[in-house]
Amino acid sequence: MRVWRIALRNAFRHRLRTILTICGIATAVMAFGLIRTIVTAWNAGVTASATNRMITRHRVSIIFPVPLVDRDQIGRVPGVTALSWANWFGGVYGDPNDFKNFWPRFAVDADTYFDLYPELIVPKDQLAAFKQERSACILGRKVAAQHGFKIGDVISMQGDIYPGAWQWVVRGIYTGRDPSVDETQMLFHWDYLYEQVKAREPGRATDAGWFVSRVDPPSAMARVSATIDTMYTNSRAPTKTESEREFQQSFVSMSSAIITSLKVISLVIIGIILLVLANTILMAVRERRREYAVLKTLGFEGRHIAGFILSESLVVGLAGGLLGVLLTFPIVRGFGLALPTFFPVIRVEPVTIALAIGVAAAAALAAAALPASRAVRTSIVEGLRTVG
Amino acid sequence: MKIPFAYVWRSLWARRVTTLLTITGVTLVVFVFAGVLMLARGLQATLVDTGGPDNVIVLRRSANSELVSQIDRQTASILESQPEVVTGADGHPVIAKELMVVINLTRKGTHDVTNVSVRGVSPQSLALRPGVRVTEGRQFTFGTHEVIVGRNVADRFAGASIGSQLTFGGDRWTVVGVFDAGHTGFDSEIWGDVDQQMQAFGRPVYSSVTLKLQNPTQLAPLQTRLQADPRAQYIDLKPEQQYYREQSQGLATFIRILGLVVTIIFSVGAMIGAMITMYAAVANRVVEVGTMRALGFRRRNVLGAFLLEAIVLAIVGGLAGIALASLLSFAHVSTMNFNSFSEIGFGFRLSPDVIVAALLFAVVMGVVGGFLPAVRAARLNIVDALRSP
Repeated sequence: MRVWRIALRNAFRHRLRTILTICGIATAVMAFGLIRTIVTAWNAGVTASATNRMITRHRVSIIFPVPLVDRDQIGRVPGVTALSWANWFGGVYGDPNDFKNFWPRFAVDADTYFDLYPELIVPKDQLAAFKQERSACILGRKVAAQHGFKIGDVISMQGDIYPGAWQWVVRGIYTGRDPSVDETQMLFHWDYLYEQVKAREPGRATDAGWFVSRVDPPSAMARVSATIDTMYTNSRAPTKTESEREFQQSFVSMSSAIITSLKVISLVIIGIILLVLANTILMAVRERRREYAVLKTLGFEGRHIAGFILSESLVVGLAGGLLGVLLTFPIVRGFGLALPTFFPVIRVEPVTIALAIGVAAAAALAAAALPASRAVRTSIVEGLRTVG
Repeated sequence: MKIPFAYVWRSLWARRVTTLLTITGVTLVVFVFAGVLMLARGLQATLVDTGGPDNVIVLRRSANSELVSQIDRQTASILESQPEVVTGADGHPVIAKELMVVINLTRKGTHDVTNVSVRGVSPQSLALRPGVRVTEGRQFTFGTHEVIVGRNVADRFAGASIGSQLTFGGDRWTVVGVFDAGHTGFDSEIWGDVDQQMQAFGRPVYSSVTLKLQNPTQLAPLQTRLQADPRAQYIDLKPEQQYYREQSQGLATFIRILGLVVTIIFSVGAMIGAMITMYAAVANRVVEVGTMRALGFRRRNVLGAFLLEAIVLAIVGGLAGIALASLLSFAHVSTMNFNSFSEIGFGFRLSPDVIVAALLFAVVMGVVGGFLPAVRAARLNIVDALRSP
């Protein structure tokens, strides 16, 4: 206990320097927390994916549709207990250069989609109203709040993949079952898309963008995937069936270069924390050489001295780490506001907090290692002789 | 009287370890700052260079990328007959009708599957893009299922080398050549015959039409005239360079905002580091400062000397950071471009303005970090300073 008191007292002997050091570490830890949060936000889709859902899409790439008629065959594959489908709509709302105006829009099969996604919670009456109206849509809570959309409002936008002017009436707002659920999507009737395209562009086929199936038991997934893909190997639309997790992961890995550079930056930050702390501890130890020699003549041993130095470094490092974690929350919020809809789910995870504190503590120990070992080795005579 | 520069230099040298630690801190910060700027610059340069100066791209209105755009054959032939379009050496108008799709390929040495652009090109496409040269193998033959791949695709993806076959559109396509497009977006694409691909994909419409104008000023009148033509109302004309600049916007904005946030945070950290060092420098040299003042140096000379010390720290760190960042020029990044929904390869680009910005950034850190400690040194009372232990 006494060691910690000495550490605390020692740490605040140079109050200004210590406060500056704590602030320096806090800013670095905050940057570390922000970057780790961005990496987890990037992976949010993977984290949130259900363990019992599979996605079937065109083998060549997601931009090619799969024939809707495949649903009968896929639905009969043993292990598949429910099936739905969806299309990426795209579309341009307002000024396309404003990030806020971009949110995912999907045409989904109204009867089955919400059954497959129980994490999208829609009030019963709203879901019933949605199902009854072809041009209705359901919005995520976040995107509705961002744009002030209320039930009954009409949303208009320009189509790009499906050209022309499009309009929907908001009939429901969904909320996520837990914080990891994306609340920025807009879902509308696939039938509406089909009918509109048929009327606007006769001759253009509308198929499913991809199929979603629920597999029970989840252990049957590998078999289901192989069965479905073998059925269509030689068809016009060969398929690729994978778990929802793998499907989401494939989008993340397309940006792996960015994630790698973020990780490099977070390593650089650890280096900076180390430098700032090492500098301060080095100065403190240099100033106290004589004092340590005096302590040694009084009977303290090298390990005591090392303990003082290590604990002092730890006090400063942890103080900086804690402050940095506290600062991470507002900066993540600010970042989320600067790039709205870029990350549907961005929040500071407990793991990130633990990691940030751990990094600060480890850096503190590493920073103190050299000065401590030097202080241990310095002989009493040498220490007392020091001028400074 | 000015305090000689040698004093500043020797003071830094006297406490080498601390000086080195501080410089290293500044180096790391400037490295990240310059690196992020270079990356955003590299991405934009790559995409802007992709567009030809006199080329105009025609897309369906409100389509923000070729991938989602559709131009039907009738509209394409209307465009073909416009008098503003340059006539090529072969007597045909220089107008390229193209198809754009993305296919999945696996990155070499990983299991990462990513989207790669496949462009169906017409004979005129090559005339429109004189920078594209086949460097290995040969040009594909029109009317066959042959393709050529961009350098970036050949380097980065499995199964995209000469002689291998790609499967898409219900058929196999043989890679017969690798082309170099001079560090532009085309380096990340696969090219083949547009008519063969439209047939294979069962798509009756083009994605985009690119044409060359006799004179860039003809764009506005052409746009207006086409707008009045009921057969061509659904299209939008844009200078090709502007189109490609817009294609870089999403990713570049992300890199810039992230870079900005990170460097602002970092610079605060580095300034604090410089401040710690300079405060310690002042505290260690109280007697020295007192002596100098007694010798007749003025407060402002002392202030200047300490500030200069901080600036020297920052400049040395800044130069080291830029040197480190310049090594990044050899690195190559390949990632998903959100706007085009496909992979784009680009490099870090070190330009003079990046160097100037990074150095300025370092000097500002030095001045801000060194100012308060220097003020403290300058405000020391001569008598107290000389008397201090």
